[in-house]
Amino acid sequence: MTAVLEIAGLQKTYRSRKGVRKALDGFDMTVEAGQVHGFLGPNGSGKTTTLRTLLGLIRPNGGRMAILGREVPESLPEVAGLVGAIVESPQFFGNFTAHDTLSLLADAGGVRKERVVAVLELVGLRDRSKDRVKTYSLGMKQRLAVASALLKEPKLLILDEPANGLDPGGIREMRSLMRNLAESGMTVVLSSHILGEIQLICDSVTIISAGRRVAAGSVSDVLASHTSSTVRVSLEPGVDMRTAIELLRANGAQVTAEHDHFTVGNAGNPAQITRILAEREIYVSELTPVSADLESVFLELTGTAPVEGQNRQVDQTAAASPAPASGGWGQ
Amino acid sequence: MSLYSAETRRLTKRRFTKLFLLGVTLILAAVAVGMFFTNQKLGPDQIASAQAQAQQDYERSLEQFGRDLADCRAAQGTDRADRWPPNCEGMVEPTREDFQAQWYMPATFDFRETFPSMVTTLAALLALVAFIVGASFVGAEWSSGGMMNLLLWRPQRLRVLGTKLAALLVFFTALTVVFSAVWTGLFHLIAQARGSTAGMTSGAWQSIALMELRGLVLVIVAGAVGFGLASLGRHTAMALGVTIGALIVFQFGLGTVLELAGVKFAEAYLIPIWMIAWMDKEVKIEDSNSCDFSSAAGGCQPDALTLTWPMAGAILAGVFVLVVVASMWTMRSRDVT
Ligand SMILES: Nc1ncnc2c1ncn2[C@@H]1O[C@H](COP(=O)(O)OP(=O)(O)O)[C@@H](O)[C@H]1O
Ligand SMILES: [Mg+2]
Repeated sequence: MTAVLEIAGLQKTYRSRKGVRKALDGFDMTVEAGQVHGFLGPNGSGKTTTLRTLLGLIRPNGGRMAILGREVPESLPEVAGLVGAIVESPQFFGNFTAHDTLSLLADAGGVRKERVVAVLELVGLRDRSKDRVKTYSLGMKQRLAVASALLKEPKLLILDEPANGLDPGGIREMRSLMRNLAESGMTVVLSSHILGEIQLICDSVTIISAGRRVAAGSVSDVLASHTSSTVRVSLEPGVDMRTAIELLRANGAQVTAEHDHFTVGNAGNPAQITRILAEREIYVSELTPVSADLESVFLELTGTAPVEGQNRQVDQTAAASPAPASGGWGQ
Repeated sequence: MSLYSAETRRLTKRRFTKLFLLGVTLILAAVAVGMFFTNQKLGPDQIASAQAQAQQDYERSLEQFGRDLADCRAAQGTDRADRWPPNCEGMVEPTREDFQAQWYMPATFDFRETFPSMVTTLAALLALVAFIVGASFVGAEWSSGGMMNLLLWRPQRLRVLGTKLAALLVFFTALTVVFSAVWTGLFHLIAQARGSTAGMTSGAWQSIALMELRGLVLVIVAGAVGFGLASLGRHTAMALGVTIGALIVFQFGLGTVLELAGVKFAEAYLIPIWMIAWMDKEVKIEDSNSCDFSSAAGGCQPDALTLTWPMAGAILAGVFVLVVVASMWTMRSRDVT
């Protein structure tokens, strides 16, 4: 397999009057041909910055990038015809119709006129294409954006949060559209923070946190290498859960209380839980490992799991998280 | 070329452009209609009527003088004498010369005399429209995110911005040429119907053509400056705000300050005088505070400064180059977010 997209050591620092902000700090990413690749990260982690840099909208402070084997931004004019992209819910001139908007883009990019009708059909805007964009809902604008990215029949399609504003039906349509595109040989890069989506349609993922890659590979590899050490614990009916939770917390466990059970997030050795509780004559009625899903891996890797009693701020990534993925509490 | 035609299409499709073009057309039509109805052709009837009017006024004035003189004489030696000049001297009898028929003629449109100011009117209006439309053309594109879309399609920034500017300027050049031709034809007809086209030698025509050419340059510079400022500020409002601010500062603030400071030829620091210098080929400003009595003509000869069209042209070229280069330069290196 060949890499359609390669990024290595990408650096970007925004400078403004209010000071400097390091948005990308040596970020790496590789996307193989023909895949649907999920680009995951919490708000403000640098997804949009990465895509903007890749597409030549902003200048990196360091690192190298290549699209379809060509160095960018140097070769961007040559590869631009092969890359369709939307970056951060694009805005369109409100007084033009969808059809006008796309046909002006087609003109500017030297694309056949027939494509305009074809892509409008593809994203489901055919019957509204003569309406002014101003009158569109958020989801319809998003569809128009996807249509504009598909206009030039790209080899690489880059979509920044395409599910934004779409209804459930729209999300499902978008999902099957992307699968179809990938099957037809197009490589799709999809940035998102909606993990269920990514898990359903992506072959591989890159997870970014605070401007750095924290995990990458096929979805199953990422899940396997970060097997959850979370267990679900239920007590005998009538036993006060709070005592048990306090006891475990006092021993350093990461406990999340639920309605009729609780979970221990860093249970490297579940036997420890039974031992500690049994010493106080509290007996567990259920102790099951929670199977890892992308969401928990994501929360763990990016350190953005909610912590009880705290309001996490966007740039806060709990780097001081007490439990790294391997070798948890209780071993 | 595809980019260029797309940009021309985008420009002419915009409602803003259409609205302003319609507006300027209506204003110009109103000016032409107004000129048509406030002017008359001078025939034997008008001349006879003017002569009669002049004669009538002359006679009336003569009668009044006779009465006044009689009153004055009668008042001599009484206490009312101080109401009149001493000995009734200095009371001048009106002459026929004081009532010339030409002053009683109705307004007439003399093409050679009046059309140049119509050319200036056209150029000023079109320049204003070019400025506003140019600013909004690129400003709306920046503020709506359309510029970013376009750059995703054509990641050649200077080319994208340059093509946009070229499309704008070519459009306004064509527009100005067409409007100037129609404007000239229209006023030639008005002059034939409501005035005269006498004295239109080929030299006179040439000078009008050159004036219209200078008008075209003014329109182009205004369009490019509006475009450049809006692109620098990434917003239409920015370009408009800057100019209005500049006009206020220049026109009032600077003017007042220079006046107070007693700066010689304060007007030369103001924009409109340069526009006039450009269109009318030269303008003379005099410094009323200074007097030179040495001249042979005698009396006060104020210092004068003549602003010529090459000077004004150099300023226009300088502003054009400055704004366009600055907008291209920032376009090259800025982050598009
Ligand atoms: N134009 C900008 N100026 C300054 N800081 C910016 C700008 N754009 C983004 N940032 C900052 O860079 C970081 C990454 O932003 P972004 O790439 O948009 O995140 P994401 O798309 O992953 O949500 C954030 O902290 C954001 O505040
Ligand atoms: Mg984003």
